[in-house]
Amino acid sequence: MKLWNRLMCYCRRRSPWLFHMNSGSCNGCDIELIASLTTRYDAEQLGVLHEGSPRHADILCISGPVTHNAAQAIRTVYGQVYGPKAVVAIGSCPASLNVFIDSRTLDGPLDRHIPVDVYVPGCPPRPDAILQGVAKAAEILAERGNRQPAFEAAAEKKTEEEVQQ
Amino acid sequence: MNMTTALMRLLIFPGLLFAVPAAWFFLWVERKAVARMQGRIGPPFMQPFYDFIKLLGKQVPPRPGVGGMLMKAWPLLALASAGGAVGLLPVLPASGGFEGDLILLLALLEVPSMCIIAAGFSSRSIFGEIGSAREAVLSVSYNVVFLLAILSIAASQHSFRLEALAQLPFSPLQILGVLALLVCLPAKLHLNPFSLPNAEQEIYAGPMTEYAGPELAMWELAHGLEFVAATGLVATLIAPQLTLWWLGALIFVALSFVIVLLLSVVAAATARLQIDTSVRFYWQCTLIFAVLAVASALFMRFRS
Repeated sequence: MKLWNRLMCYCRRRSPWLFHMNSGSCNGCDIELIASLTTRYDAEQLGVLHEGSPRHADILCISGPVTHNAAQAIRTVYGQVYGPKAVVAIGSCPASLNVFIDSRTLDGPLDRHIPVDVYVPGCPPRPDAILQGVAKAAEILAERGNRQPAFEAAAEKKTEEEVQQ
Repeated sequence: MNMTTALMRLLIFPGLLFAVPAAWFFLWVERKAVARMQGRIGPPFMQPFYDFIKLLGKQVPPRPGVGGMLMKAWPLLALASAGGAVGLLPVLPASGGFEGDLILLLALLEVPSMCIIAAGFSSRSIFGEIGSAREAVLSVSYNVVFLLAILSIAASQHSFRLEALAQLPFSPLQILGVLALLVCLPAKLHLNPFSLPNAEQEIYAGPMTEYAGPELAMWELAHGLEFVAATGLVATLIAPQLTLWWLGALIFVALSFVIVLLLSVVAAATARLQIDTSVRFYWQCTLIFAVLAVASALFMRFRS
């Protein structure tokens, strides 16, 4: 059993699958994220795959300063990713709202809605910084395993209540 | 009928013990070849294995009701039938044991794609339904060519036994038949010019959109086994039948590897076609192979 857990930890660190979500970003970070997957930076060396469905993903990459419209969608998508999972906030916007601070159309920063594991600052961050963030998130994911952070349990309960309504 | 030989074939070679690592290896070859063609380095050698173990450790989605039970059953059914198809391949010369015939092999090869269609519809996701509809249309198109090509080879041999097909003498008919089969393989394995059912990013993940964790792991493995079975079928048709069994097995593996490499290079060099273009391609352009193959099979029957 211990051996199996160690193998699982090893494999989780080496196969993080991403799901990318834009929450009102200017597209700068999205372009940099795609650049980190393509030829020059080649994230597939780390086992990263860019998945189309949140059900397949381990790491949720979110860019943009959470607009009112996106807030509910973020919580839904976070619930659709099955654990163990980690969240990477890409760029300065989800961390601090950046130049959009005090805007009345925003509901940020991101950690008001879901727990964030890794922040990758920059406007936009460089692809190698994003890769480092993803690698760090994969390590957190492997160590955390199936243990849920308290915030996450609360957030899931909240989402379920909203779905029932 | 020798029970031990039959079990050895199903469980060891070319059955499960060989097929599962081969499935992971071919999945890796496909990803690596695409990466190299795009000027990337690509995933490490053990990547499909890491992915499989990681998916096994993910949470299982709750699936209540009969629909949920069906959704859990489809990947297992696909896995079992793809594994069975690999076990039936006539790689080793006959020495008793269970000898399935060609019809059984073709049926087992077809079950995974049926399962994908059913899985997409039973997941009740709109993307799954689009993917399933595409898979259904595509499989109706390529199967005409695929089945005609194999049946013409069988007809020329006057036999549906797999051993007879493996001992096929070299002839123009064989070349035509193998060419027709090779044209069908990208559609059968959902590779790039015909990767319509699981079109990544376009319809999310097609029929697999709602699958997660261990169920997705089973789908990945079933896809790998389909690789082994479909390329293995072509490899056994090409490979010469040798008396040394280990040399025959080695040639079989090498030929399968070359076919997977060829398919991946084609996949990396092409873009996804539209569904109507793909269907038209199979009905209009490749049917000629199948018609020629059937015609020459009939001709050979009249001569003999």
